[in-house]
Amino acid sequence: MRFAFKTIYDHDLGLFCDPVQRRWYAALLAAVLLLPLAWPDYLSDISLVFIYGLCGLSLMVLAGFTGLVSLGHAAFLGIGAYAHVFFLQDLGLPWVVSVALAAALTAGAGMLVGLPALRMTGVYLTIATLAFALIIQEVFSRWEHVTHGLKGRPVDKPVIFGFSLASETAFYFLCLAFLIGGLWLTANVLRAPTGRAWVAIRDSEIAAQSMGVHLARYKTLAFAYSAGLMGAAGALFAHRIGFLAPDIFSVLLSIQFLLMVVVGGLGSLHGALYGAVFVAMLPVLISEMRDNAPQWIGHLGGVLGKDAGAAAYLAVERFVKQPGLEPGIFGLILVLFILFEPLGVYGRWRKLHLFFSTFPLYKRATFRRQKTYMRSERLR
Amino acid sequence: MTLLAADGLQINFGGIKALDGVSFTVEPGQVFTIIGPNGAGKTTIFNLISRIYDATSGRLSFSGEDITWVPPHEIARRGIARTFQNIALFEHATVLPHLLLGRHGHRRSRFVDELLFLPRVRQQELAHREAVEKVIDFLDLQPHRDSLIANLSYGVRKVVEMARALCTEPKLLLLDEPSSGLSVEETEGMAFWIQDIRSLLGITVLMVEHNMSLVSTVSDRVLALNYGRPIAMGTAREVQEHPDVIKAYLGG
Repeated sequence: MRFAFKTIYDHDLGLFCDPVQRRWYAALLAAVLLLPLAWPDYLSDISLVFIYGLCGLSLMVLAGFTGLVSLGHAAFLGIGAYAHVFFLQDLGLPWVVSVALAAALTAGAGMLVGLPALRMTGVYLTIATLAFALIIQEVFSRWEHVTHGLKGRPVDKPVIFGFSLASETAFYFLCLAFLIGGLWLTANVLRAPTGRAWVAIRDSEIAAQSMGVHLARYKTLAFAYSAGLMGAAGALFAHRIGFLAPDIFSVLLSIQFLLMVVVGGLGSLHGALYGAVFVAMLPVLISEMRDNAPQWIGHLGGVLGKDAGAAAYLAVERFVKQPGLEPGIFGLILVLFILFEPLGVYGRWRKLHLFFSTFPLYKRATFRRQKTYMRSERLR
Repeated sequence: MTLLAADGLQINFGGIKALDGVSFTVEPGQVFTIIGPNGAGKTTIFNLISRIYDATSGRLSFSGEDITWVPPHEIARRGIARTFQNIALFEHATVLPHLLLGRHGHRRSRFVDELLFLPRVRQQELAHREAVEKVIDFLDLQPHRDSLIANLSYGVRKVVEMARALCTEPKLLLLDEPSSGLSVEETEGMAFWIQDIRSLLGITVLMVEHNMSLVSTVSDRVLALNYGRPIAMGTAREVQEHPDVIKAYLGG
């Protein structure tokens, strides 16, 4: 087991625990910076991973750290995206100003949603955010002056300070910069009083309150900050997909965001990123599977004989061509994670890590859940 | 000057009068204990003081100011900290963040400063850390600083909760059954700590307690409640020998 030898209080304030960890992160950063050289075909997919990472971060602040589960985050993404495109293309504002305004506007919207949230907890809050998302989606399709309604509106490539970022590599680095910025800001807040107050609200509102945490203020703040991050992600998202239409910001996207934080691991920044990799890459995997799986299975079946191979090929082909396959697989994975690993990928990693670093003293009860979202106290 | 005064506190839950005209005063530097059988309304008084419940009628004042209707988060800032009967700690966090949370009322930084983690936020965090370390030294929590709450014994958790309350630098400390679930030795340790909190830190203590030996060791004044009504007040011995108290506990 490795012990971090601490001599001054500053050691507990750093972003990384010890030099070893810092080196690992530096290596990761180097790998991400060199990726465009090594793997140019997938750059556009990886940009999406970064944008989703920002979205995951946003929902992680709210659901993972403050304990307020939202099913309406696609709406915030949409508000950010449409606002950015409106400021940029209709008002002709500079790119940086436009993104900042879009994020601020989304943060304002988050604050508005947060206000009624002070009176609701648990599933009721989740339902309220769901309703908000449905209303906003309707607004997107009706407010044609800004959104161009169901026709949708095309988005130009980003131009920052006169430099065009039309190439995939440039956009990749833009997304990476935003993600690192978002991570840095969030990590800062989490090691400051605000972050502690959020976590306290998640774990026990009454205890938080009696330590002097103003519940209303910190919940609203969490909503606003989370929405603000989502707004910034929305601006990038608009450029990434190149064409905005109301049906993109559907409830299914909100569910994918929630899936991201649950699969990644609630209550950790790492979790948001693991979840983003998972959610952004799964459709890529599924489409690969759609193209290739029937053949593989057909060959496998072919071992048993020609007829078996052909039958297996047809059966698998029929299965992978089903229209609802993707949401179905997403749903199945979410259920499996909630059943078997509620702490997500990051939780599993921590358990493994602790198991080996404290071997033979590891005890399972360390990770027993104190609170679940279904407890009656949460339903109040 | 009186530190805490309750005047005719009453609270009804539907038709049940959980508290019915309870009045008492706590002087600075006292250890004031509330005893009574289960359901007598002891913890209800705590919940009224920390403003989790609203009083139906009556008045609470702290340092001469009316606190009957101040918002709950204000209570900590005014100098009242509490512990909970069934320990409200966060199992998956280590001890240190709990104690730092206790410093929340002393936060001076703004959100924007924290986003950028400006030098003044760092300074503030270091100052909080020093204050926390003093409490850690005071309650001998050094070995547990970085351990998860889930890995601590019940007795240590009680101390951690008390430490968290002390980190708010309170004038009045509310202890809800500090000895419940503790072994005999741990209870004795708790008695020493309560005396130290009073004499070394100068903090007034209001506690709810069942263990009569702890009560008589540390309390200056004792209030006995039954069915939400005060039945006796005085020193521990006076209250223990009061016929109504004996009747309330033993029946008859």
